[in-house]
Amino acid sequence: MEFDTVTVSRLITAMTLTFHIIFATLGVGVPLFISLAEFIGIKKKDKHYELLAKRWARGFIITVAIGVVTGTAIALQLSLVWPNFMQLAGNVIALPLFMEVFAFFFEAIFLGIYLYTWDRFKGKYTHWLISLPVVIGAAMSAVFITTVNSFMNSPAGFTMENGKFAAVNPIEAMLNPSAPTRIAHVLGGSYLTVAAILAAIAAIALLRKKGAEDYHKKALKLTVASMLIFSVLTAVAGDFSAKYLAKHQTEKLAAAEWLFETEENADLLLFGWLNEENEVVGAIRIPGALSFLAHGDFMSEVTGLEATPEDERPPLWIHYMFDLMVTIGMFLIGISFLYAILSRFKRWNAHSKFMLWMLALSGPLAMLAVEFGWIFAELGRQPWILRGYMTVDEAATSSPYIIHMFFMFLALYLVLGTLFVITLRKLFKDNPVELELEKHYLELNKGDEK
Amino acid sequence: MSYEIIGITVLWLFLYGYVIVASIDFGAGFFAYYAKVTKRDHIINQIISRYLSPVWEVTNVFLVFFFVGIVGFFPSTAYYYGSALLVPASFAIVLIAIRGSFYAFENYGSKQSNVYMFLYGATGLLIPASLSVAMTISEGGFITEENGVVSLKYWELFTSPLAWSIVALAIAAILFISASFLTYYASRANDEAALNLVRKWALFWATPTIIMALTTMIALSQRNQRHFDNMLELWWMFGLSMGFFLIAMGLLYIGRNYGMAFIAIMLQFFFAFFGYGMAQYPYLLDPYIHIETGVTNESMAIALIVAFIGGLLLLVPSLILLMKLFLFNADYAKGKK
Repeated sequence: MEFDTVTVSRLITAMTLTFHIIFATLGVGVPLFISLAEFIGIKKKDKHYELLAKRWARGFIITVAIGVVTGTAIALQLSLVWPNFMQLAGNVIALPLFMEVFAFFFEAIFLGIYLYTWDRFKGKYTHWLISLPVVIGAAMSAVFITTVNSFMNSPAGFTMENGKFAAVNPIEAMLNPSAPTRIAHVLGGSYLTVAAILAAIAAIALLRKKGAEDYHKKALKLTVASMLIFSVLTAVAGDFSAKYLAKHQTEKLAAAEWLFETEENADLLLFGWLNEENEVVGAIRIPGALSFLAHGDFMSEVTGLEATPEDERPPLWIHYMFDLMVTIGMFLIGISFLYAILSRFKRWNAHSKFMLWMLALSGPLAMLAVEFGWIFAELGRQPWILRGYMTVDEAATSSPYIIHMFFMFLALYLVLGTLFVITLRKLFKDNPVELELEKHYLELNKGDEK
Repeated sequence: MSYEIIGITVLWLFLYGYVIVASIDFGAGFFAYYAKVTKRDHIINQIISRYLSPVWEVTNVFLVFFFVGIVGFFPSTAYYYGSALLVPASFAIVLIAIRGSFYAFENYGSKQSNVYMFLYGATGLLIPASLSVAMTISEGGFITEENGVVSLKYWELFTSPLAWSIVALAIAAILFISASFLTYYASRANDEAALNLVRKWALFWATPTIIMALTTMIALSQRNQRHFDNMLELWWMFGLSMGFFLIAMGLLYIGRNYGMAFIAIMLQFFFAFFGYGMAQYPYLLDPYIHIETGVTNESMAIALIVAFIGGLLLLVPSLILLMKLFLFNADYAKGKK
């Protein structure tokens, strides 16, 4: 059978990344919430928060394990699947890759210490302090790796001489034009997603009415408040990203919004689809909103796809990804805002069935938004692997065995994913909150019953 | 010193670090399974899991560190090794993934499972086998480059005495290093029963390690004369290595100072490993990647070295803290904390 090594190379990378970012997102966000919970627990002398931190940490280990191994896979696959790309870009972008590993190293060391020293220090804050390097390490690895990806979108920090990079400036390459907004969007989005997922866990527990209500409500309060903050920050960073695209990477925004011709006062398209003739059908048009989104001015000119040569345009279906990501983002802002208002007033019930259901939904939705956002970002720069310099066709491996590797990794991720779910379920089913509260926090349980 | 020498030296140090920590880890996985099969798991598994739990993640980073570092310093390694090693390295990734995540599944998730234990033990021996292919092909003659397509000569590789010697050496060395480390750890924990068991293993695995080292030398002399001759010129390094091996064996045999014995073993491998690496100079891949032409541009090299230093300033104290808390803390090793 004939097959195309480039397509398989793309598929294998897409598959690994899609799988990895689930755990990477959790890996960036969860430490923050463990640390927050432990801090509040010490500060308020509230054992519920201490238990929250402990239980989150327990689930986190399993997540980290898969995050680490799939992260290792990505690190190696970069060279295995895209050898030509790494040979070229390695000269410019090795620094952040390298620093990412340092951050990861740092995090790994302190995570090991944190997990095994719950009762080893006298001062309560000593153990909490150890969580900080974990939080920082996790955030820094996200920062560094995002600069690498940003470099692929907006290469900077070198000049080209006879097909070779010259006058390389590693710092400038790292702090390339799109890096700041993307870092903010990735970090905010990760924290938001994890807040939503932890909130969903608490909401589901409350829906199932198995007890330990106080515990779950405290979890909800902490996570939904964070959801509100981070959803707004992520949206702002997203807006800046869109403005960046409008200026420097016009084809991505134009494809996302199906703007074929350059226009002033361009409309924003919500949903809809393309018919056979590539005409937009069934979309909701918000007049001038795209101009406003792009340049902060309703009358401004937005560059359309026509400005980009036909063979350098990204696929048009990224519009759906963009729409879904933004819609979910808006939903998350809305639901956390509603919860904040409801819980402000005593006579309203923030824990109604409806609210709990919405919060339970927001977790998986947020993770989907992360996936959609990345698919949009990555496919939006097709056909380039290094925008303006190298296409994916030129970068991929030529090894015919790539197809076998694809199925090998597919099997691996299926197994890991399945076992991840089974193990987590077992971990928490065999040791539910109610039981743990009863066993180790007797004094609290009595308080609950009062 | 020039950038490329600093670069390769630091990278080689990290690879050496990986060899030591990974050996302990891989060997421990194998011994844990072996003890279970021979119904002696109650004696040593406690020791093994107390050591491994806080550090298994760190082990992995050493490898990624080396890998990312070498591609950063010598981007052409990505092209040649990346193209040629697609299959063996992908196998290694899968094995590492199985190993790492199953460790977490078993230790933190479900109850002890024989399947996980078996996979944990088996992958520990298969990973070095698949990674050591990189060592073998660096000697040259195993890859071809035609029309810009780099490929690995599998037949040549699978019929090569050198390849099999290196694999066998890697496995024997892993079991030897691991058993002697566990001996030390058991002695810290004052665990007599475990100590006796692992000490026996350490003494046993010393012999195949040395035999395989000699076999590898012979195979290398047939494969790459230049490398072999360079090694002969560095005879004193291998002499030192042998000396430390004898010291370690002596200490293990008379049964005291296990800490010193392990340090001697670390030095034994340090000299052998660096002697082997230095003799390969000036090639990273004979004859495709010459160390001087393969190095990255000057500004990136400086940036990487600065990052190295900054990173080490952060890492070394953290690693010391980790070791203090878990490795050299007798109470922890005994299981009191």
